[in-house]
Amino acid sequence: MLETFYDVMRRQGISRRSFLKYCSLTAAALGLGPEFAGKIAHAMENKPRIPVLWLHGLECTCCSESFIRSAHPLAKDVVLSMVSLDYDDTIMAAAGQQAEAIIEETIQKYDGNFILAVEGNPPLNQEGMSCIIAGKPFVEQLTKVAKHCKAIISWGSCASYGCVQAAKPNPTKATPVHKIITDKPIIKVPGCPPIAEVMTAVVTYILTFERFPELDRQGRPKMFYSQRIHDKCYRRPHFDAGQFVESFDDEGARKGYCLYKMGCKGPTTYNACSTIRWNEGTSFPIQAGHGCIGCSEDGFWDKGSWYARLTDIPAFGVEANADKIGIAAAATVGTAIAAHAAMSAVKRAKSTQTTAAHDEPKQGA
Amino acid sequence: MASPTSYQPAVYVYQAPVRIWHWINAAALVALALTGYLIGSPLPTLSGEASDHFLMGYIRFVHFAAGYILVIGFLARIYWAFVGNKHSREIFLPPIFKREFWGGVWHEIKWYAFFAGEPRKYTGHNPLAVLTMHIMFVWGMLFMIVTGLALYGEGAGLDSWQFQWFSSWLIPLVGQSMDLHTWHHLGMWWIILFAMIHIYVAIREDIMSRQSLISSMISGWRTFKDERKVDDGH
Repeated sequence: MLETFYDVMRRQGISRRSFLKYCSLTAAALGLGPEFAGKIAHAMENKPRIPVLWLHGLECTCCSESFIRSAHPLAKDVVLSMVSLDYDDTIMAAAGQQAEAIIEETIQKYDGNFILAVEGNPPLNQEGMSCIIAGKPFVEQLTKVAKHCKAIISWGSCASYGCVQAAKPNPTKATPVHKIITDKPIIKVPGCPPIAEVMTAVVTYILTFERFPELDRQGRPKMFYSQRIHDKCYRRPHFDAGQFVESFDDEGARKGYCLYKMGCKGPTTYNACSTIRWNEGTSFPIQAGHGCIGCSEDGFWDKGSWYARLTDIPAFGVEANADKIGIAAAATVGTAIAAHAAMSAVKRAKSTQTTAAHDEPKQGA
Repeated sequence: MASPTSYQPAVYVYQAPVRIWHWINAAALVALALTGYLIGSPLPTLSGEASDHFLMGYIRFVHFAAGYILVIGFLARIYWAFVGNKHSREIFLPPIFKREFWGGVWHEIKWYAFFAGEPRKYTGHNPLAVLTMHIMFVWGMLFMIVTGLALYGEGAGLDSWQFQWFSSWLIPLVGQSMDLHTWHHLGMWWIILFAMIHIYVAIREDIMSRQSLISSMISGWRTFKDERKVDDGH
């Protein structure tokens, strides 16, 4: 029999006390309530660990960088060892033929029972030549492994939405995973990168319960992506008060006013940054004085400036925001109305004259 | 006179619920456009502590309150289209399959382009007005109600009916939350364009057409300026 998660943890030198602590913390982080700590512990003691193949397409490895920096007490050691990360070309020791052999081996041994984690996405133009893994286009590796996996985790905005390599005009036709693999359950964990604790919590949930956490319609775990940054932002009271940073070095910026006018995308971005924060809960962009850029939202590179509240709408070869378009349209219609009103007045004046002219002979008669 | 002389009595066109709704809706639209604009482009910053003010909170409250008044009013108006007189249905169901209707639209276009010498005489809306109100106003209102409730659902949360009925499918449909905001913002300008045209035309028709316009939306009665037959092209 395969070793269980608990076996792995004990082998890692983790005491039972620490193990139980981890279980309760994980239950809390997942919003499951204290009674689930026991269930997590039970699952980890009895279930064989599930192998994970972690593939890399077109990406910058910021997801991996984030993942290995998880501040959760044990997550970085536990999850890394507990997930039998059989293949992860950036952090595994094996390389070349030896590394690629692991994929074949996992597919044979765990056909239909392993988790496929994808970081980055496959480019489809030029027959996929913009991303070559082991001499073949990444899209081939992805579709092959996906055929045998149980479920897919789309790490980050690249795998979930396309991110920077899919920004207009998307020369390599970088395509998110769910548009290529349509017959497997996919969980999206968007962000550039996603928050480390969110990543480890998602993995822990899947391995413990052998199913996805509850997902929203876009396939994101509800527990981390159900609220906007704005909804739980610590600067929210300044927004409600009407106190805004007007420029980056003004009095409002020093006092920590709301960054809404500086183009903060907090009100339109679903993520957990304002609650979980980054780097062991130290800070997050807004706390550091810069607006949210909306990195966990679909197509965030193509929504105009990060420093403007109203996004640009590209149309007819020019870019203008909703107000510019609206004001131009209102001015056009206003001018047309004025001209039309003037012509109407002239017409009316003329018809009054004609009526008067018609009336005159009558009076004369 | 060439045409047969006959006494042309005033006609009761706009029933009380329609008139009340019209003016409440107009007030709600003004409040929504003003506060909506200020939500997109807030007033200059206030100073002091966050506990000193609640300006954005009040602006947003007015926006949401006016929004609900508009939504409930629109639903009531649709109900009235079922139970009210035939004029209460005009803007919801333009008779687009009738030839005479399009003939009437064409005549109105000629009247507005200064080609027709004289306007026709209507008890209800003229065919071009029916078409404009249906496309610009009815669909514009629906668009703003659906996108507005979807935006409201974002703040109300995942379990709210607003989120489940509107935000959950509309946000992925348009792309993301930001796109939804932009569409709602463009919708405001669409309604503003409608209001500009609507007010201009109402005043112009009141002066130049053969029937009363503005006073009819206050009293409900359509009065006529000459005694010839009513055309009612649709």
